[in-house]
Parts: sequence; structure tokens; C-alpha cells
Amino acid sequence: MMEKMVFGRYIPGDSFVHRLDPRSKLIFVFIFIAAVFLANSTVSYALLLAFTLMSIFASKVRIGFLIGGLKPVMFLIAFTFLLHIFFTKEGDLLFELGFLKIYEEGLRQGIYISVRFLVLVLMTSLLTLTTSPISITDGLEVLLNPLKKVKFPVHELALMMSISLRFIPTLMDETDKILKAQLARGSDISSGTMKERIQAVVPLLVPLFVSAFKRAEDLAVAMEVRGYRGGEGRTRYRQLKWDWRDTTALLILLAVIVALWFLRG
Amino acid sequence: MERILSLQDVRFTYTPDDADGRHAVDGVSFDMQAGEWIAVVGHNGSGKSTLARLMIGLLFPQEGTVGLFGDTLTEDNLWEKRSQMGMVFQNPDNQFVGATVQDDVAFALENNGIPFEEMTLRVRDALRQVKMDTFLDHEPQHLSGGQKQRVAIAGALALRPRLLILDEATSMLDPQGREEVIRVILELREKTGLSVISITHDLEEALLADRVVVMNGGRKFAEGTPQEVFLKGESLTALGLDLPFAMRLSALLGEQGIGTEPGTMTERKLVEQLWTLRSNR
Ligand SMILES: Nc1ncnc2c1ncn2[C@@H]1O[C@H](COP(=O)(O)OP(=O)(O)OP(=O)(O)O)[C@@H](O)[C@H]1O
Ligand SMILES: [Mg+2]
Repeated sequence: MMEKMVFGRYIPGDSFVHRLDPRSKLIFVFIFIAAVFLANSTVSYALLLAFTLMSIFASKVRIGFLIGGLKPVMFLIAFTFLLHIFFTKEGDLLFELGFLKIYEEGLRQGIYISVRFLVLVLMTSLLTLTTSPISITDGLEVLLNPLKKVKFPVHELALMMSISLRFIPTLMDETDKILKAQLARGSDISSGTMKERIQAVVPLLVPLFVSAFKRAEDLAVAMEVRGYRGGEGRTRYRQLKWDWRDTTALLILLAVIVALWFLRG
Repeated sequence: MERILSLQDVRFTYTPDDADGRHAVDGVSFDMQAGEWIAVVGHNGSGKSTLARLMIGLLFPQEGTVGLFGDTLTEDNLWEKRSQMGMVFQNPDNQFVGATVQDDVAFALENNGIPFEEMTLRVRDALRQVKMDTFLDHEPQHLSGGQKQRVAIAGALALRPRLLILDEATSMLDPQGREEVIRVILELREKTGLSVISITHDLEEALLADRVVVMNGGRKFAEGTPQEVFLKGESLTALGLDLPFAMRLSALLGEQGIGTEPGTMTERKLVEQLWTLRSNR
């Protein structure tokens, strides 16, 4: 089940989108999210959808994979679509079957909302699918850098994020080990009443927390020994490079926004 | 010969407020020359890690001084001294900071403000020295313990340190990983003349050192070449220490009337004596 999940997953590759700088991708997605709310006519929504499909194409991520991995979201989209269809009672009556009445406006709103939802989900998934979490962190750190002036701990937050990312697999392994160790001692978290199950989780969490704290302490010492004393005077090993691709991507987005503006109903 | 480390009557307790608190390190003195390899052995809780922490300024002694590269270690010169030393700890997972091998090796360089171009060279160089240069983009969870420890050593080497401290760096590894790490350190020492302090429970590792320091209850119990130290035999086992395998074997052989030279410590020497046993008579 975990394998099919698209959310937060990164699939390495070397497509146009993969090779974009994380900064331009982040800016792109943020502007795109805002731009989605410009659309209000059938053509503008069609443009959004077409643009999204084009972006997916440029990333070489298989659409089938993307849709399949976003199944839970697809259900949600279908659900909102149906809500609109059944409960908006404006415009001409299109279809009637017993108590079921579908109106033109309902159909239109249903489609609009679904498309809006869909392009938002697809674009943000595309960001995480084509950018490694650590690059996203790097990009965010650089983009948020101006906030340092108002004493916002940008570097510390970025470091925290990257260390958390680094330790997720380690802690997963650890959880697995503890789970097996407790199973061997006769603990059972997959049956019994809710209360019993919650009680059975405690012997999992306690050792996990203890070991996480121990790791944090060790890591802090290891970092200090290696000369870490905050962001001041540090250089960066991971360099971000803005090239023609990034400028092109943002220019295309600009063109789309202008077009959206003129296609508004 | 340059003296790079000198401990003088160093005393440290974790509980200074406690009037009769035990000292974790109690009046320890020793010197170290550039290029030396010193092994520190001792039972659990004998103060070995505390000693290492004092050397790199994670802790400061309540009494006595720690001298590094000719100066006394103080709060003021701490970071400058630290940039000339590396330390590798026991748990391979808990000291891997970067997302990938190369990021991790670069961490100390970033902290010390080394420019990017220089960093890329040094990262590659350090990884080549520990034979991990084909793993640049590997993530820690896809590496073995021995590989992670070699990366940790590369992370320390990237700063071109003069002194490398290993606090049980091989103790969580399987025999193969242990051998990999030890071989790398031996080679490094030969090539670059790095000084090494290795805290270890592995006596075969201690035998490789130029000098062995035995800790007991926070005090220095003995100091000398591995030969000198392990010849104390009985008094070491009384501290809960083991003796090298070859020594134990040669003692048992002695009981069976097969005399070998006293002070035979490595397996190779023992084997040599055994197969020449008859021809010598
Ligand atoms: N953070 C701490 N706070 C209080 N006491 C400590 C702390 N760390 C170590 N000690 C105590 O100091 C003494 C020396 O510990 P140290 O860790 O230096 O021993 P060690 O020789 O490294 O042992 P091991 O072989 O188990 O690693 C022990 O008695 C220990 O209980
Ligand atoms: Mg220790």
C-alpha cells in the first residue's frame, strides 16, 4: 500500500522538470496555486487543465501512476462533484430520473470545482515527485532567507527539516524492530478492543521515544565536534543553480496567467 | 617530535555539587607525540569516553589542564583547536548528519566556512581515502555499519585533522566491518602520519597501537607499549579486562607443557612459534 502512495514521494529522474532549480519550482507552484483562482469560465478551466497536463508531460511522470497514487484524493474530488450536481438547483433542468434532478449550473459548478481541485493536487504532487525533500528544504531556506532580518530562524528550521528527513527511515526501522521485539513478548496490537489496542501501543512508543532522545543527544554531540555552531559563517555544499530552464518555466507560467486573465468570463 | 596532546593531572566529575561525588576522570596525565597511535582500554565506566570528551572540549576539567598542539585548551580557542581534530563515535547511525554520503562528509567543511570549490575537492579526496568514493550519493539507510563508519571517518578527515579520536568506533560493527575500518586507519596513518587515539574494547585493535593506556575507575592504571602492558597479565584480568587471544592461548598451551615465548601477542607470531617448535630443538 505504501508503495503506491504518491504524496510526499520523490521519484528521481532527469526530465526538464526534474532539472529545474527547487526555488523556481517552489515559486512556480505558489504562483500557480494563486492563479488557479483566476479561472472562472469554461475556457479558462480548460486552459488550466491543459497546462497541468503539459507540465506532467514535461516531467515524464506517468499519468496513470499519478492518478493511481492519488486515489483517495480522486474519491474526494468525485464526492464534491456529486455534491454539486445533486444540490445546486440553478439553471436549466438537464436530466430527471424520479427524485434525481440535475441542473445545468450544478453540472458546471461540479466540473469547475473538480478541475480546480484536480490541478491543485496534480501540480503540488508534481513538485514533490520531481524534487527530493532535501532540495525542497534547500530551496525553502534560500527563499525564506530575507526573513532572517526579522529574526526568523530560517537556517535552524531548514536544518531541523533536513535532519528529520534523514532520520525518518532510521526511526521506521527502529519502530519495526521494537514492534517485532514486543510481538515476541506476546504483545498484540492488531486485535482486541480499542482500549486494549491503545494500551498495547504504549510499550511501542516508550522505547521509541527513549531511543529517539538518545539519538538526538548523540547527534548533537557529533555535530558540535564537527564544528557546528549555528548558521553564522557557514558555507553551503549543496549549490542551487538558476539557469535558462527556470526562467523559461516562470515565463511560461506568466504567459498562462495573462491568458487566464483575458479568458475570464 | 612535536607534542600534540598533553593531559596534566586532569580531574573531572559529572556531579561537582556532590561533595563525595566520584570522579569520572581522576588525575590522569599523559602526553602524545605527533604521528602516534594510542589505544585506551578499560572496563565499562572506567572513564574512557569522558577522557575523550575532555580532549575535544565537550567537557572541561575541574582540575588540571588539557594541552592541544602546544596550547592549553580554553573556551576561547576551542573551535580553532576542534577544527584540527576529528572524532568518530560508536553508533554509526547517530552521527550521520547529511542526507547523502557527500553531504555528510561536507558537514564539517560547511561549518568551518570552507569555500565551495575547495569543498568538492576535499569531499572526494576524503572519500577516496576511506574507499567510499563510489558512494557519493548514497543515503545512510542503504549503507552497512562499516561503510557508515568509514564515511564518518571521511567526514573527520575532510578537515585534514592532525588528531583523530575514535570512541569505540568499531564496537558496533561485525568482524568484517571492523576490519575494513581498522585497515583504513592503518593505511591513513602510514600515508599521512595522522595521530590516532582509539578507545576500544577490542584487544587485537589495541595491539596495533604504539602505546596502550589502561584506565581503571577514572585513573590511569598502566601505560606503555602493548607488549609492556599486556605482560601484566593477571593484574589486567583482575580489572575485568581480557587478554589478547594469542596470549590466552599461549598460556593454555603452557599448561599443556607446550612452551611458547612469553609475550606472544599476535596470532601470527604464535603460529610462527608453533610451527618452528620442533625445528628449534
Ligand atoms: N552524562 C553523564 N552524567 C553523569 N555521569 C556520567 C555521564 N556520562 C558518564 N557518566 C559516569 O562517568 C563514569 C565514566 O563514564 P564513561 O562513559 O567515561 O566510561 P567509559 O569508560 O567510556 O565506559 P564504556 O566502556 O561503557 O563506554 C561512569 O561512572 C558513568 O556512570
Ligand atoms: Mg564509552
